[in-house]
Amino acid sequence: MGTTTVNTVTGAGKVMVLNMGPQHPSTHGVLRVVLELDGETVVKATPDIGYLHTGIEKSCEAKTYSQAITLTDRIDYLAPLSNNLGYCLAVEKLLGLEAPKRAQYIRVLLTELTRIASHLVWIGTHAIDLGAMSVFLYCFREREEVMKIFEMVSGQRMMTSYFRIGGLALEPPPGWLDRVEKFLNVMPSRLHEYENLLTTNRIWWARTKGIGVISAEDAIGLGMTGPSLRSTGVDYDVRKFFPYSSYGEFDFDVPVRTEGDCYARYMLRVAEIRESIKIVKQAMAKIPPEGPIRSEAPGIVPPQREKMKTEMEALIYHFKIFTEGFSPPPGEVYQRIESPRGELGVFVASDGSPKPYRVKFRAPSFVNLQSLAKLVEGRLIADVVACIGTIDIILGEVDR
Amino acid sequence: MSEPEELQQDPIAQRLRAWDPQAVAEVFEFRGERTLILPRSHLRRAAELLAGAADLGFNLLSDITGVDRFPIEPRFELNYHLVSIPHKTVIRLRVSVHGSDPVVPSVTPVWPTANWHEREIFDMLGVRFEGHPDLRRILMPEDWEGHPLRKDYPVEGYR
Repeated sequence: MGTTTVNTVTGAGKVMVLNMGPQHPSTHGVLRVVLELDGETVVKATPDIGYLHTGIEKSCEAKTYSQAITLTDRIDYLAPLSNNLGYCLAVEKLLGLEAPKRAQYIRVLLTELTRIASHLVWIGTHAIDLGAMSVFLYCFREREEVMKIFEMVSGQRMMTSYFRIGGLALEPPPGWLDRVEKFLNVMPSRLHEYENLLTTNRIWWARTKGIGVISAEDAIGLGMTGPSLRSTGVDYDVRKFFPYSSYGEFDFDVPVRTEGDCYARYMLRVAEIRESIKIVKQAMAKIPPEGPIRSEAPGIVPPQREKMKTEMEALIYHFKIFTEGFSPPPGEVYQRIESPRGELGVFVASDGSPKPYRVKFRAPSFVNLQSLAKLVEGRLIADVVACIGTIDIILGEVDR
Repeated sequence: MSEPEELQQDPIAQRLRAWDPQAVAEVFEFRGERTLILPRSHLRRAAELLAGAADLGFNLLSDITGVDRFPIEPRFELNYHLVSIPHKTVIRLRVSVHGSDPVVPSVTPVWPTANWHEREIFDMLGVRFEGHPDLRRILMPEDWEGHPLRKDYPVEGYR
């Protein structure tokens, strides 16, 4: 946050300053954009952020490695499992630990469902921003199904904290895969419904085609990642470039378009939902019905409950993990994953104590938002709404 | 030099050392991640080389992370995480600065994305960036006192 010195003189040939936000509904949270307008044309746009800053990175330093997982849910609250995954993988890298294959496949399945849910919210809210009300209601209907699956496995709809260091929190309940399958069976036809409403809709075209255009060079320079970067013709996807959590074993495509406008970003997210459905199907086939969901790492990963009842060591480890935590070797790691919004990077530094010395989240929304000025300058004020929506920002993640 | 043979062979470090023997102070690897430690004086030009040379192609600056090592000096440590999209490689650059003179050359002219990352580090740690076009607080209110991510700043804040 900070003040912006701007020319406030109005009149012919002069600019007018308009405060958009922090309570504007289309800013999806508390984003304030200082717009300098010449008539209806945006001369300069300055995003002002920080209204939702809660000091998550500082709080992480005061918690043990396991406790900090609950904070990661709250960064990007529309993709909590992606954040859980990024953080857990970073700490696992620091420890030199790997989750068992079964846990890895379940993680892939759930993060892809997260991507579907997040993109559904995006399509719905973006449509409502641009005046199409019904799509929102349809999208939330399907999103609710995904939320129910999350609730089934973790007990929580949004703040899941389901991925833990070394594996998963709980064994998923019996029958959960049937529920996933049911969702997958209806999803393609539902996607068709949304597309019927939007993809060839003339008003939708007018509001998105050729709006918010950015070149590949500018997008990379501004650090854009995710669908926003891929709409400019760059196929950078962390899942393909630097595979993690067994993504290398899955067969899927990375949709890319070259227009670099709002419409391309819309089409990409729809295409990504289709790819995610493909990945979820493969993951369902890969997940072994039985097997460990947590790796064997005494003193780091909590022992199975059954063992605690029969083995003294297991009970001692359990007590130590939850009272004092565990101490990874000193060092720093940076783990990048592909969140629904782009590259989510988690930097964890250890000083050999049970609490992380420094945790940094490279939030894709924070970085992508920087490109807003580039997208809207020289365009009409109505396009600002389309552009804010299209880069898919989550203010919780921007401000952390 | 006490580096293992394998790390001395690191192509990126070799490339930088061929340009200026002083450009890379040390190369080390932890958990499969290579880190090049650069002296502050070489950061800006090394960044230009890494981003500009076609055979390196580090066109994406993912992130800059500042770490406060208080009370150890040099206190502030900046980690630059770079990705080369054309070559599918990653590297981390590290620059350390003393608490009495926390100034680092800005890399915003090389990678425009550094603008907000550097503002965040200035806001949270109080490290200043020379040549930054618009260095002001980004997350905290502008009249905030202190830099919250410093280790001598209490978690619950000053009351």
